[in-house]
Amino acid sequence: MKVVIIDYGVGNIKNIQFAFERLGITAQLSQDTDLIKQADRVILPGVGEASSAMIKLKETRLDELIPTLKQPVLGICLGMQLMCNYSEEGHTNGLQIFDTQVKRFTKSVKVPQMGWNTINNLKTDLFFNVKMPEYMYLVHSYYAENCSQAIAVTEYDLLYASALKKDNFYGVQFHPEKSSKAGEQILKNFLNL
Amino acid sequence: MLTKRIIPCLDIKNGRTVKGVNFIDLKDAGDPVILAKKYAQSGADELVFLDISATLEGRKTLIDMVLQVAKEINIPFTVGGGVSSVEDVDLLLQSGADKVAVNSAALKRPELIKELSDKFGSQCVVVAIDAKQIDGSWKVHSAGGTIPTELDLFTWAKTVENLGAGEILFTSMDHDGTKQGFANTALARLSSELNIPIIASGGAGTIDHFIDAFQKGYADAALAASVFHFGTIEILDLKKKLQENNIPIRLS
Repeated sequence: MKVVIIDYGVGNIKNIQFAFERLGITAQLSQDTDLIKQADRVILPGVGEASSAMIKLKETRLDELIPTLKQPVLGICLGMQLMCNYSEEGHTNGLQIFDTQVKRFTKSVKVPQMGWNTINNLKTDLFFNVKMPEYMYLVHSYYAENCSQAIAVTEYDLLYASALKKDNFYGVQFHPEKSSKAGEQILKNFLNL
Repeated sequence: MLTKRIIPCLDIKNGRTVKGVNFIDLKDAGDPVILAKKYAQSGADELVFLDISATLEGRKTLIDMVLQVAKEINIPFTVGGGVSSVEDVDLLLQSGADKVAVNSAALKRPELIKELSDKFGSQCVVVAIDAKQIDGSWKVHSAGGTIPTELDLFTWAKTVENLGAGEILFTSMDHDGTKQGFANTALARLSSELNIPIIASGGAGTIDHFIDAFQKGYADAALAASVFHFGTIEILDLKKKLQENNIPIRLS
């Protein structure tokens, strides 16, 4: 199984690579179009700010490539947010894969949300063998609005989409690579899709 | 619901844990990777590694340790101690740390916080603040609590929030090591005046102290070292007790 983690210069992505290593899978970091196209699984990671991350995807024309991919693709954290229509963070358009918008939490809660929160209403095989609700590790100031493509929801400030799916594209707001055993199960499930 | 976090803290010198760790079931309690793994398995929500190496050689060993921890541990961890530049942080994050704690360097040059949050995002910038009460007001101390400054705790905390800190690790020097409970009044004030998470540190002795830190101090997380290292408090017991007291907690 060839797993490629798209390396477009944002954030600490080694942890995702290490998480796959713990599952016995060597995941490659790359921004090479051919390698990404040929991979069995593609991860779009991301930590940082949305509009500058979009600029980086555009510089390498990955913004055109990603929506055309046919294999299972998993966006993690900012990676998931970039796959949405639009983000309030830096007022940027996203990759327009998920039909929802990314907004900032209001001042009525502490921002960023930092720590373990539950995911609920789990749908699809991405959550095979994951109990409901289950705790996941989250760190974020922006959230994807709940929508019909949500395959998991989380409550903080309001009910938002903590995982999304459209066709072969999956996105998770939480960090499976940092979410203990349950997170490992989700990564395993992604490989088994 | 977002849960409260329990964070064991490990002091690191030259890549090894120091300050006494007493686990009878651990063959090598000085190995931070083995210890970190044990904590991760026993329900810790996060870990903090505090480097107290004074030499360059010690710092290099720290990077190796961070890499090993990142490879083996499936929960988030923060690294602090002697972090003083964008380059330091870059190296630590690239080695797999999830967050970095800055303290004295931020006091010396507060713009560092902004540089770090602009470059790496607020979510990985923890500002550690050591403070103690002098004549009734909380004064910030630098260099591991050895040098008093003129800064007021609450003013400084607000400043670092505005500069882009994602979280504050507040250690009360008055409470640290006493095992008499956390600085709940100061914690509650920090929590109400700031809109970023606050980690309580210093003073943990009993399970009730943790309950108070959350219920009276409104802390988002509580950090402790010796009560965990010496097995005075088992993390699982602690979390069960917190849950019995209606404090949201992750029990897996």
